[in-house]
Amino acid sequence: MRRQMLWIAFLAVAATTAASAETINAAGATFPAPIYQKWFENFHKAHSDVQINYQSIGSGGGIRQLTEATVDFGASDMPMTDEQLAKVTKFKVLHFPTVLGGIVPTYNVPGAADLKFSGATLSGIYLGNIKKWNDPALVKDNPGVKLPNEDITVVHRSDGSGTSFVFTDYLSKVSPEWKMKVGANTSVNWPVGLGGKGNEGVAGLVKQTPNSIGYVELIYAVQTKMEYGSMKNLAGNFVKADFNTVSEAAAGAAKEMPADFRVSITNAPGKNAYPISSFTWMLIPDKIDNATKKKSIKDFLAWMLTTGQQDAEGMSYAPLPKSVVAKEQKQLALIK
Amino acid sequence: MGTVVATAPPQSRPRKLTAFWRDGDKISHLVTFIFAASVFLVTVFLVYELWIHSGLSRAKFGFSFLTGTTWDPNTDQFGALPFIYGTVLTSFIALVISVPLGVGAAIFLSELAPPKLSNACTFLVELLAAVPSVILGLLAIFTLVPLMRQYIEPFLKHTLGDLPLFQGPAYGVGYLTAGLILAIMTFPFIISISREALLAVPREQREAALALGATKWESTWQVVVPFARLGILGSIFIALARALGETMAVTMVIGNDTGIHTSLLSPGYTIAAMIANNFTEATGDIFLSSLVELGLVLFALTMVLNAGAQLLIIATTRKGSRQD
Repeated sequence: MRRQMLWIAFLAVAATTAASAETINAAGATFPAPIYQKWFENFHKAHSDVQINYQSIGSGGGIRQLTEATVDFGASDMPMTDEQLAKVTKFKVLHFPTVLGGIVPTYNVPGAADLKFSGATLSGIYLGNIKKWNDPALVKDNPGVKLPNEDITVVHRSDGSGTSFVFTDYLSKVSPEWKMKVGANTSVNWPVGLGGKGNEGVAGLVKQTPNSIGYVELIYAVQTKMEYGSMKNLAGNFVKADFNTVSEAAAGAAKEMPADFRVSITNAPGKNAYPISSFTWMLIPDKIDNATKKKSIKDFLAWMLTTGQQDAEGMSYAPLPKSVVAKEQKQLALIK
Repeated sequence: MGTVVATAPPQSRPRKLTAFWRDGDKISHLVTFIFAASVFLVTVFLVYELWIHSGLSRAKFGFSFLTGTTWDPNTDQFGALPFIYGTVLTSFIALVISVPLGVGAAIFLSELAPPKLSNACTFLVELLAAVPSVILGLLAIFTLVPLMRQYIEPFLKHTLGDLPLFQGPAYGVGYLTAGLILAIMTFPFIISISREALLAVPREQREAALALGATKWESTWQVVVPFARLGILGSIFIALARALGETMAVTMVIGNDTGIHTSLLSPGYTIAAMIANNFTEATGDIFLSSLVELGLVLFALTMVLNAGAQLLIIATTRKGSRQD
């Protein structure tokens, strides 16, 4: 009898807590997951009636779950394609850029530091056309650096990832040969190289293999204090990735930003714009039937674009440039 | 049985029920039947799901999926051969290493070692069998891969470099390293189960052999091991199943290259590694469907190899009984 009473009490408590906080479910990209978790936690502190659960199941999974309407909103490291958007019938999907990330080339060349790469050399290496470190093209970009006469071991991501998408998107823009033979996607048919799983897998292989090159997220390189190279941008300057140069790439691309924010900002114009940069997006339905949820999601987005942005740098993400924030605030009105 | 209870007169219900409960035969029969059937149902359901969700890919590629060698998500061309090859090759390398090692160790532990040492070793072996594969994968990345790249692979190239099996650059990751880590993962199973099988051999068998003038080794190798061969073979099949399906540790050390290479030093790919790497971020229906079909292929591969193993058991058992 007493046990029964306990059960009833337990269920009653569970029921009331569930009712008092509106739970919003979201799923998607893993790259921004740390800052999203922090945002949702901070937002919950300020608005105790809103609880957002985020599952970092990957961009592809986020898009799928949003399409099937099993989550309230999704998140992705790449904009949805026209084909993907056409499959969403119940509502239209609005893209809200949240923060920015950069992808950096990392290498292990004994005796060489502060290497510089251009779109031509990087695509040449990943196509297998540039095979040796002392290739004339690399030597030309790195005056004064002693490059060894050794084979280049190429390392790429083996798992499908937004990182690979941004990297191959950049290579497609700077190299017609890459665009024709390989193209841009979360995972592609790599012409050469070893595959490492995750940033840590690529970093591990590069660290251990002399004369190797790989690519990782800027955040990962900063947090693990890895050495990484500079990239030649559209303006012809060699730029090292940091929060400022990545934000500048977004500002450079913002001028010609399409109204739906589905834009690649790789190889963006701007004197100091870092060329392998990308937005990451929240994918929000434009029609939310539940009025409380609609208000909560709109409140959160408005908060994320202002107060939330201040958390970015502390967590090694590049914040959105002001011009982009202003455009997104206008888009908020489209959620009905 | 429900109807029996329902139609019984009310006053006699308690007595009948207790009788029914006491006479546990029917109940135990039913319960265990349901449990046994659940294994079958889960398997059928699994195949059904894999079959349904791989429909797109099966319709597009047909049997050429099994022979295709291109895996390109951008042009929607998917072929499974490099992954089938990698899966079979790495499992084969693993068994070549772990079977002699495991069976030899089991013979020592059950027949020759003093009981105290045997028990201590068995405890360690069971501990090793319980190490999660991701831990072994990490260990492999940080210790096995550098060892392979700096010492073992250059040595193999130096001594056996004329064979096509040991050519190409020494990356440290590849089929051989993956096979090695699989061998490390599977040999505790072989030791543990083979040892149990050897210990289960009746004492009389050994005594009879010794009484006939056999040496200790002769009695072990010619009497005890053949007697326990079913258990030993069983342990090898479990090891094979684990090697075929192993994911994390393999993907961390195999190099994840979608080509087919004869050299064991080359990077390659396995079916399980491909699915694990790409399932979360797979965009496009054909891509996803092809990954599911890869799962179906792995299932079929496991079935075929297991069936082959069963046939092997039947063949060797017949041979054994004729000798007896």
